[in-house]
Amino acid sequence: MPVSQETLDEIALSRDEYEAIVDRLGREPEPLELGLFGALWSEHCGYKHTKALLRTLPSSSERLLVAPGAENAGVVDLGDGLSVCFKIESHNHPSAVEPFEGAATGVGGIIRDIFAMGARPIALLNSLRFGQPDNARTRYLLNGVIGGISSYGNCIGIPDVGGEIFFSDTYKGNPLVNAMCVGLIENGKMASASAKEPGDLLLLVGADTGRDGIHGASGLASRAFEEQAEMRSAVQVGNPFLEKVLIEACLEALDLPGVVGLQDCGAAGITSAAIEMAERSGMGLKLLIDEVPRREEGMTPYEVMLSESQERMLLAVTPGQEGPVFDLFKKWDLDATIIGNFELGENVRIYDEGVEITSTPVITLTDAPEYKFTGVKPEWLTKLQNADLSANPIPSESPADLLLKMLAAPNIASRFPIYRQYDYHVQTNTVVEPGGDAAVLRLKGSKRGIAVSTDCNGRICYLDPEIGTAIAVAEACRNLSVTGATPVALTDGLNFGNPETPDVQFQLTESIAGMSRAAEAFEIPIVSGNASLYNQSQGTDIFPTPIIGSLGLLEDVEKHATAGFKSDGDVIVLLGTDSTWDDIDGIAGSEYLDFIHGKVEGQPKLDIDLEIRTQAACREAITGELIASAHDVSDGGVAVAIAESAVIGEIGASIKSAPEERWDAAMFGESQSRILVSVKPENLAAVEAITAANNVPSVVIGSVGGDTLSLGDSISLPLADVDDAWKNGFSRATSD
Amino acid sequence: MKFGIVVFPGTWSEKDTHHAVNGVLGQDAEYIWHGDEALGQYDAIIIPGGFSYGDYLRSGAIARFSPVMEAVQQFADKGGPVLGICNGFQVLCESGLLPGVLMRNDHLEFRCIWTDLKVENDSTMFTSKATAGETLHIPMSHGEGNYQADEATIHRLEGNGQIVLRYADSSGNVTVDINPNGSINNIAGIVNERGNVMGMMPHPEKASEKLIGGDDGNVIFSSMIESFAASLV
Repeated sequence: MPVSQETLDEIALSRDEYEAIVDRLGREPEPLELGLFGALWSEHCGYKHTKALLRTLPSSSERLLVAPGAENAGVVDLGDGLSVCFKIESHNHPSAVEPFEGAATGVGGIIRDIFAMGARPIALLNSLRFGQPDNARTRYLLNGVIGGISSYGNCIGIPDVGGEIFFSDTYKGNPLVNAMCVGLIENGKMASASAKEPGDLLLLVGADTGRDGIHGASGLASRAFEEQAEMRSAVQVGNPFLEKVLIEACLEALDLPGVVGLQDCGAAGITSAAIEMAERSGMGLKLLIDEVPRREEGMTPYEVMLSESQERMLLAVTPGQEGPVFDLFKKWDLDATIIGNFELGENVRIYDEGVEITSTPVITLTDAPEYKFTGVKPEWLTKLQNADLSANPIPSESPADLLLKMLAAPNIASRFPIYRQYDYHVQTNTVVEPGGDAAVLRLKGSKRGIAVSTDCNGRICYLDPEIGTAIAVAEACRNLSVTGATPVALTDGLNFGNPETPDVQFQLTESIAGMSRAAEAFEIPIVSGNASLYNQSQGTDIFPTPIIGSLGLLEDVEKHATAGFKSDGDVIVLLGTDSTWDDIDGIAGSEYLDFIHGKVEGQPKLDIDLEIRTQAACREAITGELIASAHDVSDGGVAVAIAESAVIGEIGASIKSAPEERWDAAMFGESQSRILVSVKPENLAAVEAITAANNVPSVVIGSVGGDTLSLGDSISLPLADVDDAWKNGFSRATSD
Repeated sequence: MKFGIVVFPGTWSEKDTHHAVNGVLGQDAEYIWHGDEALGQYDAIIIPGGFSYGDYLRSGAIARFSPVMEAVQQFADKGGPVLGICNGFQVLCESGLLPGVLMRNDHLEFRCIWTDLKVENDSTMFTSKATAGETLHIPMSHGEGNYQADEATIHRLEGNGQIVLRYADSSGNVTVDINPNGSINNIAGIVNERGNVMGMMPHPEKASEKLIGGDDGNVIFSSMIESFAASLV
């Protein structure tokens, strides 16, 4: 019987995809099977629009202990017997429908991804995008998302050390909520998400299975997002306490000899988790669906297979050795149930009350179709890139007033009102707290430390997806380098619009190309990734937003730098340029152009070689203990960077030259590869020797001291005014 | 000296506390599981921070009924030192070992910030290494730390010197503006009348080393160590 369009819509499969299933099976799929295909061939699980592109990303490094793709995330060696894995996951559509639970379960999901690797989660970061905060619905979403992250993260005892929030109306109907988790693995004790031998038991541990989140992967995450408020039941509900207990119990279970595999139940629930385990093990799987403990009566096998109830994990256990496993979970008051076993063969066979209801080849289910496309640059983009930036008038305000206005902009003002709602101290490793460019964590028992950051400017990626994404990589690495950390690995969270449109296909293709180019130039691998497509509302795609998570290594964590100016008399130096002020080209895609002129236009630029040399020089100066402070020059340009370093350091600064003529571009231009440092006068020569040796331009621009911020003779602001604008701007912009 | 650190399933500060008293200060420390009905031989008990049993009902409301709290009560009744930190303070109040309650922060948000705590009483076994009037720089991290009690209780606490720590500015000025959660009289930490049970909302174990922002928290643990040594003489 031909399947109805309504059924296909529910599971987000196209008619062609359905025909492909019939063709591969040699028969019509059973209704339950069709549900499995819908989940596994969704973008969220099957990466059908991105797989071919993702394969082109650099994924090798001497530091890689587990290659990306072999497990849920690549594992990076840090030395001293320590290694890390990290990953970003999106929960955009659930957060648009139900912000609190959507964000909370996004955090819960990425944490499970990480401890499933046998890693102890040591840090969380969030990369968030919303519409402009002058809108009541946006503020509702913002408060809900922050509340959800705060509620889940604080309860679970993992420090939330960083991330970004960016406002633009491109995200108004479709906020982005990406969570990153970093996990630490000691002495190579990583877990595999697979079984060892046929006969190995499949155990489900943690929460009971309910009707929440059915079609989350296929419905919410994998198609155009319109009028879906009725899909609230597709959003899962989180229980952080249960997850905390699950982390402890699962990490303890990995020490038991019988536990051979661990896998998280995320998108598409048991379907995705169990069938991917079977695929990875190269085995068949017999699933006893009636054994799954349920939260509700009368659930069908279809509902049980596709439920996305949170806080569940799967274990592969050697038969006969399950006794101690049950004892351990009992100690933690957690349920553990045998729901099947791996077996010789190629099929996943689902049993209900002793009767086989489906038998489907694993490889057919997991081998989702791949769509390849090459994008053509749209004409509208060329026009935007070629815009005459100098046609934008110089604002009528004074430079001092405009600086205060920029410092208070929702995209620039201090994020302290947000991150003070997150516990960033727990686990007592936080050496550099959120609020700088990257957080720095020590690794107990080692001299070493790590720095972590996320970055992506969607505006720049919109104006040039290739260069914009290369800039995201450069900035994510620059955030690390200004702490003194050497970038060692990246992860990506791809957030794009509808991949069935030519423009988004162009953006995806170009963006991945830019990411590859930049990562190869930095010689660092991309160890994991996540793709969220169909991010659009009212028919308009979001700005392409390939969020880059970066991780860097400090050989000696004591030798790190922070963003705030330190002492009276220190010399302020700008690395990566030979002029204090930027020029008109620098305002392409800038916060200034958007916030003051309401425009997103111009051609972003990046000299990747200069970028790499500048970062290397900065790191060398920091590890040589020659630098008092270091801060990335990014949103708001050099004027904002100077103001931030002054306010964070609670000390004034005076810059020798005044911005002239196009003073707006001079102050707020966002040309790349610039780092603002301060240096004790006696160390200046040594720093200049390092920049010269690295062939990096630099310029002494002023000195630290006093309680005013002065730019040449003409602009002088009391530090208290600068402080007030930057520290209170966010609360003022986001209060009702 | 041997510390016993109580672990509920949702506790997350036990390792941080262990690191502070053992890793940094070199004392013996062991974890005590919440299901244990008897305590081993300990010289002091710490109930660390976290969310004991999830705290969906009310912070510490379920934990007070756990088997281990019966044993902690007996330990305290015999004069043994008990320190409750954050959720541990909430558990001690729920258990009746300390007076008062910890309500939701007055601004209704979770708050993770560094605080300056003015030492009001330096004669307790938890503050003997401090000097009255000095401030300790220690972070807090809670959504429910708004200490409240009836007027008579507050009057009694104030009169007896049972208010040990107050939220202040870095110069020690106790002001309304600096109060981070709405606690009455800026109360951050109290002791019982006998002086052997202390509860405090900020986390001394999170201020145990200069590398992570400061080591003023060690004043609390070192005071306990000093008082224990003095008790042996």
